[in-house]
Amino acid sequence: MSILSYNGGAMVAMKGDQCVAIATDKRFGIQAQTISLDFKKVFDMGPHLFVGLPGLATDTQTVMEKLRFRKNLYELKENRKMSPKVFSSMVSNMLYEKRFGPFFVEPIIAGLEPKTFEPYVCNMDLIGCPNEPEDFVVGGTASAQLYGMCEALWVPKLKPDELFETISQALINAFDRDAISGWGATVYIIEKDKVTVRELKTRMD
Amino acid sequence: MSSALCPEIPTPGFSFENCKRNATLAAKGFPTPKATKTGTTIVGIIYKDGVILGADTRATEDTTVSDKNCQKIHYLAPNMYCCGAGTAADTEMTTQMISSQLELHRLYTGRVVPVCTANQMLKQYLFRYQGHIGAALVLGGVDSSGPHLFSIYPHGSTDKLPYTTMGSGSLAAMAVFESRWVPNMDEEAGKKLVRDAIAAGIFNDLGSGSNVDLCVIRKDKVDYLRTYDEANKKGIRQASYKYPKGTTAIFPNKTQEYKIEVTEETVTPYTMDTSS
Repeated sequence: MSILSYNGGAMVAMKGDQCVAIATDKRFGIQAQTISLDFKKVFDMGPHLFVGLPGLATDTQTVMEKLRFRKNLYELKENRKMSPKVFSSMVSNMLYEKRFGPFFVEPIIAGLEPKTFEPYVCNMDLIGCPNEPEDFVVGGTASAQLYGMCEALWVPKLKPDELFETISQALINAFDRDAISGWGATVYIIEKDKVTVRELKTRMD
Repeated sequence: MSSALCPEIPTPGFSFENCKRNATLAAKGFPTPKATKTGTTIVGIIYKDGVILGADTRATEDTTVSDKNCQKIHYLAPNMYCCGAGTAADTEMTTQMISSQLELHRLYTGRVVPVCTANQMLKQYLFRYQGHIGAALVLGGVDSSGPHLFSIYPHGSTDKLPYTTMGSGSLAAMAVFESRWVPNMDEEAGKKLVRDAIAAGIFNDLGSGSNVDLCVIRKDKVDYLRTYDEANKKGIRQASYKYPKGTTAIFPNKTQEYKIEVTEETVTPYTMDTSS
């Protein structure tokens, strides 16, 4: 069994029209045994920047703290916010440093570029190979199911409320076919002037 | 011990601090997962006025296509580009690092860096890591002594060839080159040949797919032709699968909304008074 599916978890991020969304499940388990139903895997790194770290839960938290520390130092030194692209290359370089003894996380980054407010999504493998597609990124143990859902549901130029329905249905229907993710979900819709966080009602089995 | 006054200086290069833990996990039956591979077709040829590099655009994680349109032709220097096959992170990071070293070398020597220098730097770097850095490269460029094409293997051996292929689709692509490559081809014939070689990889090798990228390097000009040929067009969706608003059940009392104050500053330049 892969260590990446030791704790379970599913995650997806999508681009919309002047907005971007990131959604995650809330389960924390040890293999088939569920421990907690409110485990945080998506973290805000600024008003327009979110990072999700699906994978081994201990590394989720370690990597998040390392990233937050480096991002804070950058912002103090530079006296400006970190853009999603800069943040991505920071994550990528941090993970590649551990090329021969990696952290078991496959990060997802979602945000809006400063000034232009262009949507940005990115995901990486566990040694930091970045992938910046035009549409959506997925991660976690239900990634195969999520690829299928997203390929079917995603269309360009979705408005924030349409994007919410699309990403929520993609996530719910994907992790309902995965035994080790689900148990509640959180959806973040990031727009120019606000971030909306919604908790989804999902199956609890 | 490190402190705020006397911080520990981080060591350069790779960090091995997780290795012991990961080895313990591997011994307990949790082997280190596989990284993204670019099961790839990459090729290069020398033609009349320079070099043409070609690549497909598929990246895979095991049997899943993880990126349908990735860039495999990497920038090294204004006169040099490099195609990468193998572990995706390794090709990306290796070419980025060599690219920055080449730029420093150019500034130090004050001349266009020869292609053989890049070849030597790449092979020495890969040999140092004894094949653990899984980067298989096709390096092409033009310098003062003309066009050059190298293929570099993960263990650090290199070939200097007039036409070459690498990656899992290399056999399919080489079949095209062996039957049709001739010395001193013109540019149109060269581009057609490289396109057909990559297409052979895309359609006959499962690890390669999607589009054809080309890069034509001449003495004075480089054309990076991203998506030169869209070999696989996606069909148009017949129906709309949009969910109506309110389909997804939520907990309304748990919804949080954070307002973000957007301060937009416009800086208007003014002409400096230079009369005095």
